[in-house]
Amino acid sequence: MQLGKVIGNVVLNNQNDTLTGVKLLLVQPISSAREPIGRVIVAADSVGAGVGEHVFFVRGKEASFPFHPTEVPADAGIVGIADSWHIG
Amino acid sequence: MLLARVTGTLVATQKNRKLEGAKLLFVQPLTLEDTPRGPELLAVDGVGAGVHEKVLIVLEGRAASDAIEKKAAPVDAAIIGIVDRVDVA
Repeated sequence: MQLGKVIGNVVLNNQNDTLTGVKLLLVQPISSAREPIGRVIVAADSVGAGVGEHVFFVRGKEASFPFHPTEVPADAGIVGIADSWHIG
Repeated sequence: MLLARVTGTLVATQKNRKLEGAKLLFVQPLTLEDTPRGPELLAVDGVGAGVHEKVLIVLEGRAASDAIEKKAAPVDAAIIGIVDRVDVA
């Protein structure tokens, strides 16, 4: 998993049926020092995250697991909201 | 699998129900010389690892899910062992 910050959302029309009702959020991956790492991604949200929140997300097929049994065609998914973290 | 160092802990109240009870730790993958290799990651802990410990991690969903004894948990990294020693021939 990786930390990220939600910076926006994506609205689709004419989407794949299995994406109906799935919230898509723009996530900037960040380090534990809150510095941006790499490119912004679009992730499926299953925990009710909102813009400005710190979250953690999975990459790969596991991103679709929270939506089981619907097979959502997602490769990144937010699986939790990061309340706080401590390094060292 | 990769060698890594546990660098920190994460608190997350609101998370996927399959992650309830799972400990989430920051891990920094290492080279054989113990220098950082690539970005830090968040991994679920399957072995009771602590901060500063050197661990073995898997970066694959099914294996990570097995490590916390959950079926189809939405995880992609897990700590599966605490490293005692690495011998390079």
